[in-house]
Amino acid sequence: MSKLLVTDTTLRDGSHAVSHSFSPEFVGEIVSKLVAANVPIIEVSHGAGLSGSTIQQGFSTHDEWKLIESAVANKKDSKIASLFVPGIGTRPEIITAANIGIDVLRIAVHCTEADVTQQYFEQAKKSGLETVGFLMMSHTQPASVLAEQAKLMESYGADCVYIVDSAGALVPEGVRERVAKLKESLSINVGFHAHNNLGLAIGNTIAALEAGANQVDGTLRGLGAGAGNAPTEVLVAVLNKMKIETGINLTILMDTAEEIIAPVFQYPLVIDRDNLAAGYAGVYNSFLLHVREAAAKFNINPVSIIEELGRRHAVAGQEDWILDVAIELAQKQLVR
Amino acid sequence: MEKIKVAILGSGNIGTDLMYKLLKTEGSMELALMAGIDPESEGLKRANELQIPITAEGIHGILEHDDIKIVFDATSAKAHITHALLLKEAGIVAIDLTPAAVGPYVVPAINLKDHLELDNVNMISCSGQATTPLVYAVNRVAPVKYSEIIATISSVSVGPGTRQNLDEFTLTTANACQEIGGAKSARAIPVINSAEPPIMMNNTVYAVLEENADEKAVIESIEQIVQEVQKYVPGYRLKRAPYIDIRHTPWGDLPTVIILNEVEGAGDFFPTYAGNLDIMTAAAVQVGEQFAAHILKKKGVIV
Repeated sequence: MSKLLVTDTTLRDGSHAVSHSFSPEFVGEIVSKLVAANVPIIEVSHGAGLSGSTIQQGFSTHDEWKLIESAVANKKDSKIASLFVPGIGTRPEIITAANIGIDVLRIAVHCTEADVTQQYFEQAKKSGLETVGFLMMSHTQPASVLAEQAKLMESYGADCVYIVDSAGALVPEGVRERVAKLKESLSINVGFHAHNNLGLAIGNTIAALEAGANQVDGTLRGLGAGAGNAPTEVLVAVLNKMKIETGINLTILMDTAEEIIAPVFQYPLVIDRDNLAAGYAGVYNSFLLHVREAAAKFNINPVSIIEELGRRHAVAGQEDWILDVAIELAQKQLVR
Repeated sequence: MEKIKVAILGSGNIGTDLMYKLLKTEGSMELALMAGIDPESEGLKRANELQIPITAEGIHGILEHDDIKIVFDATSAKAHITHALLLKEAGIVAIDLTPAAVGPYVVPAINLKDHLELDNVNMISCSGQATTPLVYAVNRVAPVKYSEIIATISSVSVGPGTRQNLDEFTLTTANACQEIGGAKSARAIPVINSAEPPIMMNNTVYAVLEENADEKAVIESIEQIVQEVQKYVPGYRLKRAPYIDIRHTPWGDLPTVIILNEVEGAGDFFPTYAGNLDIMTAAAVQVGEQFAAHILKKKGVIV
């Protein structure tokens, strides 16, 4: 088996958990630590990908290009990746990011919509980038559908396709099935991105490895949307115990997670009621803070909003439905 | 009564829905020809069954007729660039349903009357037809610093043209919100949802205002424009009353109008959830009707 490739996405998925407030200095500091620890790929962008600074997704405090410049300036032998969501980003942003010096573009779509990604894979390749296809909300589709979608991405030029458990809704068996089916269907790398809503971020990541995944994601201390991700330092510790070589220095990760990342947490990252409800109902993790805000404003239980979003099959990028649901629930309460 | 002869160019889904809409429209237009390039296409077959003259020779089939005054182009942006030149030479008005935007953007509820002397107008995009009137309605009473629209459409209603060129859809819609909606800056974000049963087209418009505004006037203006659009898209409506919130923005904490809109189709050819496709063809029929009436009026025919 070729060496397992770990991507740390603290500076992208973690952006959701701090309401997109990372500064260029902070990004530079974290990237230097991850580089020193020998993490091969480091993802940096707004949580919703390039150009994600919007009313819908939350405005960034700092200019995203400055964050990426700061990451690139400190990257040394590691690669810098950015997330890209078609519709939120357009091709000009891919060109700008490539010109700044990112190495990898991770192109994310709802897991049934791979055929909108062709023009972006082509642009990324033209701009000299490695490419990853990100099949979001993979729990909603069976392995066979995901494999078809992944094959489309492979045909557009993807170097790897990820099963992305955006809602933290998968259990290990579901992860194994999906990863194994992609391995069987593709000739490129297969990856897995976990969320921890059911307490399975590390367990599911290991299940993915056992099913043949070549690439996996983590974030320092688990800092990420909703219930957070597989903590990179915990993942590396587990992999060391399993004698799976990553070349990553555990001590530097542990110190960075403890001393630099823990202090920026804005709320405790635990599997509380809202996060468990999201994982159980299969609702996109990035909705969490928007749900809490709407629930507070209209004085309703966040879980009722989460459950209704699950019933409506909301996909990534549908934060506007939160307000719609909240107003509707508030009106129902008044009627009662 | 004299009518203006019109043709549909493109026998795909949009062209076919347009055909049904034209057939049920009592007005100044007569559908004289349905043009495609595939004689086996569903659209041409259906037109033939309805005894509408057809051609599988595309634009050239249309140019052979010398009495057609208006062509609805439902092909592709690339094809329309060529068609636009040929139609112009032939003195035929082109109503462009592709993203080519050779002519200016037109939304019946906003600016159609300004463009009736032109020979080419563009229908923007489905979400452009749905959201620019809302941005315009806010901006005419309270200047809009930034508008952001989220257009959520069902996966089954998004055709291959849009899928292969999502950027065109995204950028065109944002441009229209600025150019004719009047927002100082604008973003448009399409979201494709694959839920079953398919969801109805719904749009959220966020309009960040320059300063505090008269809330009542803003809401009245929005309600008024919705009624205007409903005249030609009956299933166009507000999901709930517009909501004004204070939002953190890069320009400070500013009042932001949030409008939740949905579009239910008429079910002519597309299922009713595909309001995104319906609003394009319904708006195009309205544009065609105004052009046809204008041509008749110039000829001295009272309509």
